Amino acid sequence: MPLIKNGQQVADPWLALGDEETLPEDVPVIVSLERWQQEKDVLQTRGMELGLRLRSDQSPQQVAEDLQFFSLIALEFPKFTDGRAYSYARLLRERHGFSGELRAVGNVLRDQLLFMQRCGFDAFELPENAPVEAWLRALEDFSVWYQPVTDNRAPVSSLRRRLRVAAQ
Amino acid sequence: MYRYDEFDEALVRERVAQFSDQVQRRLNGELNEDEFKPLRLMNGLYLQLHAYMFRIAIPYGTLSSVQLRKLAHVARTYDKGYGHITTRQNMQFNWPRLEDAPAILSDLADAQLHAIQTSGNCIRNTTADQYAGVAADEIADPRHYCEIIRQWSTLHPEFSFLPRKFKIAVTGAEEDRAALRTHDIGLRMRRDADGNPGFEVMVGGGLGRTPVVGVTIREFLPEEHLLSYLESTLRVYNQLGRRDNIHKARIKILVQSVGRDAFARMVEEEWAQLRDGYLTLPQEELDTIARYFAPPPYETLEDSPPELELWQSTSPGFAAWMNENVAAHKQAGYAIVNISLKPEGGVPGDITAEQMDVVADLAERYSFSEIRATHEQNLVLPYVRKLDLMAVWQGLQQAGLATANIGLISDMICCPGLDYCNLANTRSIPVAQEISERFADLSKQRDIGPLKIKMSGCINACGHHHVGHIGILGVDKKGQEYYQITLGGSAENETTLGNIVGPAFSAAEIGDAMETIVDTYLTIREEGESFLETYRRVGQQPFKETLYAAH
Amino acid sequence: MYLKAITANRLRDGRVVYLSEAGNWSQSLEGSRLARDEEELQSLLDQAEVSVLRNEVVAPYAIDVLELDSGYLTTRCREEIRSTGPSRRTDAA
Repeated sequence: MPLIKNGQQVADPWLALGDEETLPEDVPVIVSLERWQQEKDVLQTRGMELGLRLRSDQSPQQVAEDLQFFSLIALEFPKFTDGRAYSYARLLRERHGFSGELRAVGNVLRDQLLFMQRCGFDAFELPENAPVEAWLRALEDFSVWYQPVTDNRAPVSSLRRRLRVAAQ
Repeated sequence: MYRYDEFDEALVRERVAQFSDQVQRRLNGELNEDEFKPLRLMNGLYLQLHAYMFRIAIPYGTLSSVQLRKLAHVARTYDKGYGHITTRQNMQFNWPRLEDAPAILSDLADAQLHAIQTSGNCIRNTTADQYAGVAADEIADPRHYCEIIRQWSTLHPEFSFLPRKFKIAVTGAEEDRAALRTHDIGLRMRRDADGNPGFEVMVGGGLGRTPVVGVTIREFLPEEHLLSYLESTLRVYNQLGRRDNIHKARIKILVQSVGRDAFARMVEEEWAQLRDGYLTLPQEELDTIARYFAPPPYETLEDSPPELELWQSTSPGFAAWMNENVAAHKQAGYAIVNISLKPEGGVPGDITAEQMDVVADLAERYSFSEIRATHEQNLVLPYVRKLDLMAVWQGLQQAGLATANIGLISDMICCPGLDYCNLANTRSIPVAQEISERFADLSKQRDIGPLKIKMSGCINACGHHHVGHIGILGVDKKGQEYYQITLGGSAENETTLGNIVGPAFSAAEIGDAMETIVDTYLTIREEGESFLETYRRVGQQPFKETLYAAH
Repeated sequence: MYLKAITANRLRDGRVVYLSEAGNWSQSLEGSRLARDEEELQSLLDQAEVSVLRNEVVAPYAIDVLELDSGYLTTRCREEIRSTGPSRRTDAA
């Protein structure tokens, strides 16, 4: 599957590991919450970066204490209409200070990429055969935002403030 | 009223470009219908029975004359010459072509209009008291807060895929004209002991198949915390609202299942993290937006000009209109004019392009170029000099817009029903027309007094039937149209849900049933008692008896 | 079984259309191709599905139709309104 990270297509070094699959040598893996909870000791001592995949009914609140072990958290959109992960992403970035890769996986659609990015996702798993160039362009659909959120885009209110100050 | 600055303008233009591209991708087959449907719904474009339907946002029901003319232009150019005012104070068109959607949006954007979030599981158009800023009973003007909510909720990245749609209503007045407790969030302006403005916050109201009266979760929220508190509430809902069953996905079900106190606690816990953060509204920002809503340049006028009395005594038609359709204004010598879109035998809420132009003209000449749309599907001219009332009445009368029935039995809320809607089970427009014809005599309507009939063509309750003094719900019985009656509902200050009075009536019987209810009321009412007061005193029994006596 | 016709909304303008005898989509119920048994119905639905894939129509489905001397008649109120237009509308007043 094509992967976009930080605004460009990149190769994916991670292996999404099924719960029943054997832990491989020397590959960074993404594991489920269940596997993390059962194999914490093994996973944090194997000397590789570790990723965690959360379903949309698994709030990151549950792993708030463990975040230092993860270099990547993948939040799943089982259907694009299930918007819980937007809140999860903001909570991870803004409340829990998670600074690793935040990856959107599952039913990720081009027309939602920008919303995801604004909520703190920096990586997106695209469907097979997605026209990557067009998807990247969708990140440029808007230049103006009203909401101050986690990304560094200045919201309209602060742009207005700057204009007011400049006018004085 | 609010005017776009360069940022608002840029955003709406970018949205037009984005949606035009989405339409293009649909037409050339890059997107299939399953993929396109949620995208078009996010922009108010439905596919109904006969055609697409386009719902245009009228933020908190406030329109300029230029905007109303633009809507007239859309009606004429891309539709069949009319539009329909909805219970969210929006306007919808029944016959646009998908191919024309980009052009329609581009034309609308020229007048600072758009269709953003008029559908979809996102924060919908915020509604408000149609008398905001001019009502005699106003505690504080809520409009700049509505605009602040509009901006905050527009393309909110976190809350565009909620479990279900989300509706916010605001009022600054004593009398609830915004149906606050039927909304996901209702905000009523209050002042604290020091006179600082803020809000009582109600959540979890809603109609639909599970009607619920909203509950207060905060008695007083200081104004600067408006957005952080809304964001906290939405965040709790976005994470915990049910997503497994579309009929249990509204916030009302969440509030009911955890209980008001527990829900309030969750919001307060989230808010403890967000308050005093970057969503806190600086006074300067509140003031900047409030300046857009500064009072117009009122003249200093005598409050009761003698002309008025003269006109009323010489023209009974004017006097009746004055009594029913004109409301008290907070500025001496001015009045609020309601324009009824419920003419005898008409389609409730419909207005032709020509009528839109007439109203725009009148607004320019007599109401500082401003118009309001009401959730009861009428229009309002908010700033009319009492000295101009005769001219306004005459102008309206020539356009068929002076029916003196605001708040009376023929001023019904009515959904489009099966004549237009894909979800409806039955028609509602023909029933409304029959009722308005049966009660056409305005002197009889005045004798009956305030009576709100609200009618829905299906259980989704777009016509607010649960909160009608008389509610009518269309149900399909083996392919036949039947109508179930509820009595005693109200969306006013003491919001109550109506009770089903008994078995449903056929389309042929429903008109008689309405007359029976009204006759029963007229027989048993006490001096000066309204329909709702009588119902609250006597309950269902007398109505039940007369309605089902012959059966 | 009733006779069945296939109806849908046309993609580009949303108008109500019926699959016609000639194999294209027409705004008139008259001249619809009618299915008299399950097999014919399936063939019509397959044909409609091709139109969906070609982005010509949206959400096709079968409706019951009566064949009278005066022409075709739909059996349900909803389909009657779809075929003849809103029973009341402002521009027709």
